[in-house]
Amino acid sequence: MNDRTARLRQASLDAVPTISAERALLLTEFYRDHLGRHSTPVLRALAYAHLCEHKTIWIGDEELIVGERGPAPKQVPTYPELTCHSLDDLRILDARPLTSYRVPAECLEAYERTVIPFWQGRSLRDRMFERLPEDWKQAYAVGAFTEFMEQRAPGHTVLDDKIYRRGLLDFKADIARSLAALDFVADPEAADKREQLLAMDIACGATIRFAERHAELADSLAAACREPQRRAELQRIARVCRHVPARAPRDFHEALQAYWFCHLGVITELNGWDSFSPGHLDQHLLPFYRQGLADGTLTEAGARELLECFFVKFNNHPAPPKVGVTAAESGTYTDFANIDLGGLLPDGGDGSSELTHLLLEVVDEMHLLQPSSNLQVSRRTPDTVLAHALRVVAKGYGFPSLFNADAVVAEQLRQGKTVEDARAGGCSGCVEVGAFGKEAYILTGYFNLPKVLELALHDGVDPRTGVRLGPPTGGPASFESFEALFAAFETQLRHLVDVKIRGNQVISRLYATEMPAPFLSVLIDDCIARGRDYNAGGARYTNTYIQAVGIGTIADSLAAVQRLVFTERALTLPELVAALDSDFAGQEPLRQRLWHRMPKYGNDDDAADACMARVFDAAFRAIDGRPSARGGVHRLEMLPTTCHVYFGSVCGATPDGRRAGAPLSEGISPVQGADRRGPTAVLRSAAKMDHIKTGGTLLNMKFTPAVLQGEEGIARVAQLVRSYFRADGHHIQLNVVSAETLRRAQADPDAHRGLIVRVAGYSDYFCDLSPALQEEIIARTEHREV
Amino acid sequence: MSASLGTVFNVQRGSFHDGPGVRTTVFFKGCPLRCSWCHNPEGLAFEPEVLVRPERCLGCGACVEVCPRAGGPLPAGSVLGTGGCEGCRRCAGACPSGAREIAGRTMSVAEVLDEVRRDGLVYDESGGGVTFSGGEPLAQPAFLLACLDACRRAGLRTAVDTCGLAPREVVEAVAGRADLLLWDLKHLDPRRHEELTGAPLAPILDNLAAAASLGVQVWLRLPIVPGHTDDEGSLRDAARLAASLPAVRRVSLLPYHPTGTGKLGRLGRPACHSALAAPSPERMAALAALFHPSGVTVTIGG
Repeated sequence: MNDRTARLRQASLDAVPTISAERALLLTEFYRDHLGRHSTPVLRALAYAHLCEHKTIWIGDEELIVGERGPAPKQVPTYPELTCHSLDDLRILDARPLTSYRVPAECLEAYERTVIPFWQGRSLRDRMFERLPEDWKQAYAVGAFTEFMEQRAPGHTVLDDKIYRRGLLDFKADIARSLAALDFVADPEAADKREQLLAMDIACGATIRFAERHAELADSLAAACREPQRRAELQRIARVCRHVPARAPRDFHEALQAYWFCHLGVITELNGWDSFSPGHLDQHLLPFYRQGLADGTLTEAGARELLECFFVKFNNHPAPPKVGVTAAESGTYTDFANIDLGGLLPDGGDGSSELTHLLLEVVDEMHLLQPSSNLQVSRRTPDTVLAHALRVVAKGYGFPSLFNADAVVAEQLRQGKTVEDARAGGCSGCVEVGAFGKEAYILTGYFNLPKVLELALHDGVDPRTGVRLGPPTGGPASFESFEALFAAFETQLRHLVDVKIRGNQVISRLYATEMPAPFLSVLIDDCIARGRDYNAGGARYTNTYIQAVGIGTIADSLAAVQRLVFTERALTLPELVAALDSDFAGQEPLRQRLWHRMPKYGNDDDAADACMARVFDAAFRAIDGRPSARGGVHRLEMLPTTCHVYFGSVCGATPDGRRAGAPLSEGISPVQGADRRGPTAVLRSAAKMDHIKTGGTLLNMKFTPAVLQGEEGIARVAQLVRSYFRADGHHIQLNVVSAETLRRAQADPDAHRGLIVRVAGYSDYFCDLSPALQEEIIARTEHREV
Repeated sequence: MSASLGTVFNVQRGSFHDGPGVRTTVFFKGCPLRCSWCHNPEGLAFEPEVLVRPERCLGCGACVEVCPRAGGPLPAGSVLGTGGCEGCRRCAGACPSGAREIAGRTMSVAEVLDEVRRDGLVYDESGGGVTFSGGEPLAQPAFLLACLDACRRAGLRTAVDTCGLAPREVVEAVAGRADLLLWDLKHLDPRRHEELTGAPLAPILDNLAAAASLGVQVWLRLPIVPGHTDDEGSLRDAARLAASLPAVRRVSLLPYHPTGTGKLGRLGRPACHSALAAPSPERMAALAALFHPSGVTVTIGG
């Protein structure tokens, strides 16, 4: 960091997340005048144009990359057309201790007077809940699954290289060609396509105007600026904003600014999940970087400064908060913008370069909450690149995360994409696979696997609420064998997946017809060519995901039932279910036996791992390939974000010895503390899942800092990662534990049993060390923290 | 015990410090030395022993219920099968919390192979393999040799971590089969060596010279225990020894760490070194510098 970027970074860290009513007010004003006067796509495009024309433009001191979604950094707009916050929601956001958002009095007033009266009953969420089937609502209410599109639009979208080669004026020309080619006689959809294409054209113009307004402000700031260097910078900013995104960028600075305007356009138009991401930033910027260095218009330091200014922009944009929150729910500011580094070129070559290293240095220096970053590791990725990423990981920021680029390609080929599109794709959000710039890959909600087992053990009734969610498959006394129990589990699973998909179809059609995204559609192939919106199957590829949660918990639960009830016959299934229903009251020895002495996924234990694979296969069969109402089919993904905590809170005690209400296992990681045989056993267990059949899996591993110490430690961990990826593992996130984590392990050893401490040749489980030794390890860890 | 059976007290996967690459370390039970700082005290006795973690005990009585011995299960540190114990291990099997364990189980060569070949991909990536450690693996020679042969047939690289005290023919047989010997030297002064380990130094050095002449690679491993083995004269002697043997490719100085003291408690013994601190990084660097004149590669830690 230089002085400028250090100050910009600090200003971003210091800015307080605040709710801004500006977007809501502008939108309400527009809808009042225009609702009913245009087709839905054109209405949406004109609404976006209204925002671009009237929202406050911000250019901060010292900034080189400009543009904010809100009126100022960390001012977060709302999207009442999707979901309208109540006054209570806003007050809770303001008051809650964690991830709070300041809500100014004028914002509350605007909501009370203008926003709520107009949008209540009109917001998509309100209309959605009217149409969703009753059994969907019941399953949703008890926590069998969640729904992504209930509050935010379809997202998880990533850009490819197109905006670096072409400007929005070029896309307008494409749109004009598509319009001219419409056949209103032979194509019954031609009239709809016309509206869609007109909307895309309006959206292009609106974005160009948005950039131009930045140029105008930069000019006036320059005119008033007495400091010659800053004046020149402002003049430069004005020139850049007049050129991009209307035309293709000509240099490194313009390339970054072009992306940033597209980013702002997408997240202003709608509030898509996981924000928006630039994809393979190192690959996209490399031609500009090399050209700039060659012709003397750019230096490495200059490129670094621009990248750091660019990174600050992401951090200025916390996630728009949800509605219907309780004070206890903390949520997160992270909006999961994720930058892909390394990976493959479309022709199969290695995508890493000197710019990959420069970006890793920027990631390290900035270590901001946003953007996240990941390294796509292929067989062709040099060890030096992986080692560089691991040196950043060793700092303990939790990123970059590591992906298997070869598996990412294989997963996409299975879905029928071309090999070039698959290689140009990568991962976004947490771990989701997509063909960047060419796909709508839409996550629809988390799915609670242990809840399915609860139903199977209670004849289809949710034990916590007494609500019948599934068909009667028999009480616990009726299962003569493990196979009979598993058959009941599969029946309940299939039923709940059907319920979830029925809801998905309703919601997909609502977005397809009521909430088109014309600007995003400009950016994603082949919406222009097809004259069809991104939310209506216009993208070259459309995949709809359901994300299964709690695979570790359910694998261990089934393995324990299989061993204790059906093999050892130590107790009957009704006895076990009674113990679960009472949360092991008076049965601590049984709980400990289940917790400590049964086969556990994550230890390369074939019995437990077989249960994991069986559940995975059942979920895959229930979900994969089922048609989606937005086009394309449903697919399975294995990631939780933080939903394993919520799902755990609605599940009773489970046969793995987990108490009622405790979190479920997270991602495809083993149950917290159940992995006792070290990292290679975890990786072997996790690789017994067929990752290639998913759209992403998430594996978290914790290490103490000493493991990643020195070049040898880095090399060893790199080898572990490579071996997991050779076995088709999709993703791994290496968390270097903090002293705080070790303190938590002291307080709750059962949840941290697998935490290994290595001290130059000796290793042991942290929780098995004496308190004095634990203190020493904590002291060492603290010493190493930055 | 037949050649295909041995007593093992731990199989640790994902080891970074027992030879090159990422390795699986098989710990053989039983050692002829008695180093007071030993960090694997459950590996000293050849017979299976009772380990108890009192802090995990629920007092549920499950072990008492299943135990056929009058007076109930043996206390921590007892040797299985003594004092009226039938050695049935039911007490440990019944313990719900894992508070009671038996250190030491009989494994066949096939069982060892089934375990150690699981991390084959990691060995491929890292140049790792299998390390036989202990205790003292050479103290179960037939089993060790059978394991080494089986690993070789399975294409797994092997290392043997030894204190060097064993019959010459065993040393030579092992040196002929293993890819690497990790040779532990506690002290180079014969009197101090005997005081610290209870064993003579001379046969260990003779064995080292014999093994080194057979072409196997050797890494010397020197535990640095403050006040016990960090004598600079001894370390200079070790440097000269290392330089005189071309087979020695590396010297590893292993800083003492009191990890093993917790295990003593599980064996029902007092933690005699609990007051002993780990040597500082500066001290380790200074001791490593003693090896620089010899030209041999020296590392701190495995």
